[in-house]
Parts: sequence; C-alpha cells; structure tokens
Amino acid sequence: MDLELSEDQKLFRNTTVKFLENEAPIEKVRQLNNAGEGFPREFWSQGAELGWAALLVPEDLGGGSISGDGFKDLAIVAEEFGRLTSPGPLIAVNVVIAGLVEGAASGPDHTEAIEGLMSGESIGSWAVYEPNGHWDPLNPSTTAAANAGNYVITGVKDRIEVGAEADVFLVSAMTDDGAALFLVPADAAGVTIQPVDSLDFVRHYATARFDGVTVPAEAMVGTVATAADITERMFQVAVALQCAETNGVIDKVFEFTVQWAFDRYSFGRPLASYQALKHRFSDMRTWLECCMATTDAAVQAVNDRDPEAGRLVSVAKAYVGTKAVQIVQDCVQMHGGLGVTWEHDIHLYLRRAMVDRQLYGTPADHKRRISDLIGL
Amino acid sequence: MSDQIESVEDFSARAKAWLEAGGLPKRGSARPAPAAGDHEHETDGMEIWDFNRELQKKLFAAGFAGLCFPKEYGGQGLTREHQLAFDDLTVEYEMPLLLNVPSLAICSAMILDMGTEAQKQKYVRGAISGELILCQFLSEPSGGSDLAGLLTRAQRDGDTYVINGQKTWSTNAFAADYATCLVRTDWDAPKHRGLSMIIVPVKDPATHMNRFRMVNGANEFCEEFFQDLVVPAENLVGTENDGWTVGQRQLFYERQAVGGGSPYSSGRAPDRGSRSGLSMEEVARKVGKAKDPATRELVGWAHAQDTVNHQLIKRVTVGMTSGEYPAMASSMMRLAHAEIPQQKMDMMLEVAGDQAVTGLTDGDGFLKSVGVQYLMRQGASLGGGSSEMSRNMISERVLMMPREYAADRDVPFKDVRRGR
Repeated sequence: MDLELSEDQKLFRNTTVKFLENEAPIEKVRQLNNAGEGFPREFWSQGAELGWAALLVPEDLGGGSISGDGFKDLAIVAEEFGRLTSPGPLIAVNVVIAGLVEGAASGPDHTEAIEGLMSGESIGSWAVYEPNGHWDPLNPSTTAAANAGNYVITGVKDRIEVGAEADVFLVSAMTDDGAALFLVPADAAGVTIQPVDSLDFVRHYATARFDGVTVPAEAMVGTVATAADITERMFQVAVALQCAETNGVIDKVFEFTVQWAFDRYSFGRPLASYQALKHRFSDMRTWLECCMATTDAAVQAVNDRDPEAGRLVSVAKAYVGTKAVQIVQDCVQMHGGLGVTWEHDIHLYLRRAMVDRQLYGTPADHKRRISDLIGL
Repeated sequence: MSDQIESVEDFSARAKAWLEAGGLPKRGSARPAPAAGDHEHETDGMEIWDFNRELQKKLFAAGFAGLCFPKEYGGQGLTREHQLAFDDLTVEYEMPLLLNVPSLAICSAMILDMGTEAQKQKYVRGAISGELILCQFLSEPSGGSDLAGLLTRAQRDGDTYVINGQKTWSTNAFAADYATCLVRTDWDAPKHRGLSMIIVPVKDPATHMNRFRMVNGANEFCEEFFQDLVVPAENLVGTENDGWTVGQRQLFYERQAVGGGSPYSSGRAPDRGSRSGLSMEEVARKVGKAKDPATRELVGWAHAQDTVNHQLIKRVTVGMTSGEYPAMASSMMRLAHAEIPQQKMDMMLEVAGDQAVTGLTDGDGFLKSVGVQYLMRQGASLGGGSSEMSRNMISERVLMMPREYAADRDVPFKDVRRGR
C-alpha cells in the first residue's frame, strides 16, 4: 500500500475494508465457492455505490474519485480485494470502463454503457484470449467483417473473467483494416457462453463463441487507428490492478505467517527463534517491500498517463508476478502440513496470486516486453 | 528552519548555469575518472584522489558542496530533492564520487550527528571543503560481523589516548587523512560497554599500513597496525565506553550509504546498474543474442530488478522518514542492494556465454570484465555488512523476532572465548 495516502484516501480505504470484512469475509468466500457462485449481484451493486466502478470515469460522465487520482484510489480497493480474496469483477469492469472512456475521444458514443457499468447494473469483461493462444491482443483470429453498416463477429474467446456473469463483452477482433474493439451484448444472437473450471474460488472464467454475431457500426470502441492505444491503456489498467491486488494477497499471507511463527512452538521454542527461518522471513519481507514499491510506481504512472507507464507496469508485473507466488509458497512451507490442507485459508490466497500472475501476460511475457520497450 | 530555502527549480537553474559556464570538467574530458565502486586500477594511484579533492574544492567554492549538510559546517542546508536534481544535472560531468563513501556519507554524517562542535567544524567542514578525506577503522582480523568484539585497545594517558592493535577492510584509507576508529577502553565491561570512538590521523609514524588486493584486482582495502599511536583525548566522539552507540550510528549511515539512500552522497556513476560499465543490452547485442527470446527475458528481468531496486530505496526512505518504519528498515535496502546486482551478474554471465572468460581476438577484452565482475560477485553481499547480518537485522528489528543466542552477552570482555 502507498505509504503516502491522503487522509481522504485512508478513510476510503477503511470504509472499503469494513465493507469487505462485513459483506465478504473469508467464510463467505468459501460459501460462495461451495455453492458454485462467483459473486452476488447485490454485493457488486453495493460496491458500485461505494464508487468502485466510478473511479476511472470522468466527472462529466458522472464519475468521480476520492483524491483526484482515480486510478490510485482504485488500486487501494484492488489491494483490499487481495487481502480477503474478495469476489466481484472489480478488475474486469474497470478494464472495460477504461477502454470505453479511452475510445470516447475517437469513436462512437458509449455513454449509456459507461453509466450502466458504473452503476453496477451492467457487468462487462474484456474478451481477448483465444483458444490455444497466448497474450496477443492486437492479433486476434476472431474476425469482424463489415457488412451493410454492421459488423459480423465470428470466433471464439476464452479465459474471459466473469464471462458467464457478464452482460457485455469488449471484444478484440480483426477487421479488414486492422484490429479493433467492439462492445457486444452477451445475450446477442449467436453468442454462446460456456463456463469453465477456474482455479480461483470466486473469480470465474468462461468461453464465449461468436457465431456470426451482428453488431452495428456504433458498437466499435474508438477506431481501428486508435485500437492499439485503447488496448494498451486497458492492458496497463488490468496489469497494475493485478499487482495491487497481489500486494494485498502477499501482505496478508506474510502477516499471518509471521504470527504463526511466533505462536507455533517446536523443540521448546517458537519457529520465529530459528535463524534459518528468520532469514527466509527477512528475504520475504524485503521482496514484499519491493513489490509494494514497484506497484506504487506503476499505479502512479498509469494514473498520470506517464509515457513510462507501459514499461513500469511490465516491471511491476514481472517482479510481483515472480515474487508473489514464491512468497506464498514459502509461507505454505512455514505452516508445515497444515499449509497444504483445504481447511487452511492460505490456498485461497495462492489461487488469487496465481490467476493474477498468469493472466494479462505472465512474468516471462512482461520481461520480454520490457526488452521490446527499452529498444533491444 | 527560519530562512526560506531556494526552490529546487531555482537551485537547478543556478547549478545548470554554473555547469554550463565550465564549473566542472565534462566527463571524460579531464583525466579519466572511473565511477565510484568501479574496480579498475585507476583508483590505486593518488592522482585520482587529488583530482577528486580538486573537484570537491571547486564544488565548495561555488556553493555546491555538502548540499544536505548544514550551513554551519560548510554545507548548503538543502534537501534530498535538491541533491537528486544535482545528481541528474551532473551526470555528464566529472564529480568527486570517491569522496562519497565513506568520507561524506558515513564518517562526516556520523560526526555531524554525534561529534562535538569543534569536531564538526574540523572534520565535517574539512570533508565538505575538500581539504580532508575521512575513512573508517572498524573491522579487525578477528571479526567483521562481530564488530563489538574488537580487540584494539586505547589507554587513557593524561590528555591523550595510546592505541595498540590492528584494523582491516579500511576502504581507501591510503588516500585518507583521518579515520573514525572504534577501540576498546574497558576490558572488564561486557563487550558492548567498553568501546570508544576516537578520530585518529591515518598517517602517523606509529601506524604501519598495508594495502591488499582483491580477486578482481582492486587495491582499495587497507590494513593498519598501531604501535603506541598517541592521539589527543579531545578526539573522542561521544562518551568514553559509550562508543558502541556512536558505532551503531555510523553503521546506520553505512547501511544507508551502501544501500543507495544517503542524502550526503553527491553525483551518480554513469551506468547505475552495471559495475563493469556494460549494460545487459550491450552484452546481448555484442554476442549477437539480441533477438533470442530467452536472452530478451533475462535482459527484461535485469532491467526490472534494477528499476525495483531504485523504487525500493525511494519507498523505504519515505517509510523511515515518516517514522512508520524503524531505522533498521535500511537493512532491506542493503539486502536488495546485494541480491539484485548478484542476480544480474548471474544473468550477464549466462548471456555473455563463452566470451565471458577470454578476451576477443580483436583486442576488445570487454567481456573479460563480465567474468572478472563475476569473480567479485560475493563482494556485494559482504562489503558494508554481510547479507547474513542484514537478515538478522530485518528479522529481529523489523519483524521483532527473538534474537539469536549470544555466548558473550553480559560476560566481561576479557573472559569471552576467542578462536584461533
């Protein structure tokens, strides 16, 4: 978490924490998982009332932030989501909103869609991955063929976050003139959705088939010419939020593992008195600080639309993605056999850290992207 | 502070104008001066040290020395932001980088903190003005990590101290005028309670100094043997037998300086990341692997970690300044400052491949420096305090975990067991 939060941001954070602890404590997350549910719609609507989907929306469209730095405020929420492995499409919806807001300057009007997402009534998600494909948002196989003032979308998108709960997809598809983004209703004719197994307890994914789905030309977000910039913005928002969420995960895991080390006695003294373990905790504490520091920088850069944001976001993902699961796994180890039981909460955290690590580019993908960005 | 200090913008404009008017020589235009920490042989000779003194004198005369030191002692009373701006502006110029560690960032910082008025005027002002260079006499052959277990003795004799013993690992002592020397003044007290910090002249007939070579050819470390070295009693810093308090402060400044977070260091080495002067990208290109995906992944990872290292310093500094983090949080910077360069050296070796261990036939032996740098890999986790000690500090003083058992705790020092 940013060490320099304003008083308003601290208050916002406390409100967020209280809400999540009341409405979605870990026990609730387990209950949702047992019931096969992703997130209660009511919970998301309440979150929307707290502003969770308004922070990236300009004021003239009805949005607003706590501090004037809407993205930094959103990162605060994302971190708290990590701390409790919260349910809800915080990242998915905000990524779509970011895309729609970005496209507004160059493309058709999507004010109504933005308002629907902001209110919590509508759920949206970016449909970008394709079967057997990896992260390659500007080279979709899914096509959008121009036809009599409409576009006809054909293809399959998978690994869509909240794909089975979404009302609208932001689809990356290839037109004759190049890649573009389209807002497609989930209930449009020709759309078939199939939920898939997901590792995270409450963050569910789905596959969506688009069999000749017709959308009007105004469904395009931005233009073909601006699609790359809009995609980059959405990507940066997604990745920086993943890093913020992951920091909440590892901060919480580290905290309860340190406590465990003080409470658990072996051979007459606490685990925390054994030097070999103390040294591992020191390493983890240092990496944790590094994760926070690099995420602070990435979040600030995305917030400010800094020209370095692309690089800083990849630096953060490369680092946080690499270290976070190592930290959680060493914390599992510290717990002994308990650490690999279903009953212990630590695997809920590992699941969340894993999905944030593997999607929107793995650490390896981001390391190579850094080489691209620094001109190698 | 009662007076308004100059804004960073105004300061930068003034500094820029001075530099452009020839305030300092451009980097490479004067006699080549290697970056601080570089283990080439240029630092062996006194010429480079004299050159650094001259640069410091130029800075002092123009009002750009000791930016974050108080005006009363020759500094400028400015902020870290001013220093960082100055670092950015002077990257293309020759700067007296050799005077940063330990003279300014460790010794002067400690004397400023704990010295008498007279000591501050003499040594802090002396260092900032370029007249004096300070170094540290701390570690001994019998122990570096167990610093408080030192054996060099100082006997009070009238208004002097008489010192006998030896010190080692004294960085750049051959070029220094004075040293902050930690000695034992009470052998009956337990180890930590019988120490004193005394400022001693480096060059004295009673002191014999040797320099010794490191695996990468560097020659900056010295060992000293004192045989009845006599110094004035007024050179005591702090109280007699409370030298550990002074020493701990000095170690704090050392951790801060070695971790890259000292406000008292001025100037920046040309390539922040690579000690050999070569970046990973350059190595990748020169061996023809720039397009190889595995190499691109390593280059990206090295860049990411370098960036994170700097971001960490910024964040921990904020935490310590606000009081949210304890002073020992600086050990996290120290640990990262070892781990990250070491991982990079590993990656450099990987990328450089077979060219890391022999020179190229066209005479450009640059990749040998990748191999030589790798020889010195462990220096990063040893110099300025070992990583093992950093890990003890973080676990005990930041995470508040139980301290290690100590066989010498509360034992009169003369009764403590020693090895061969």
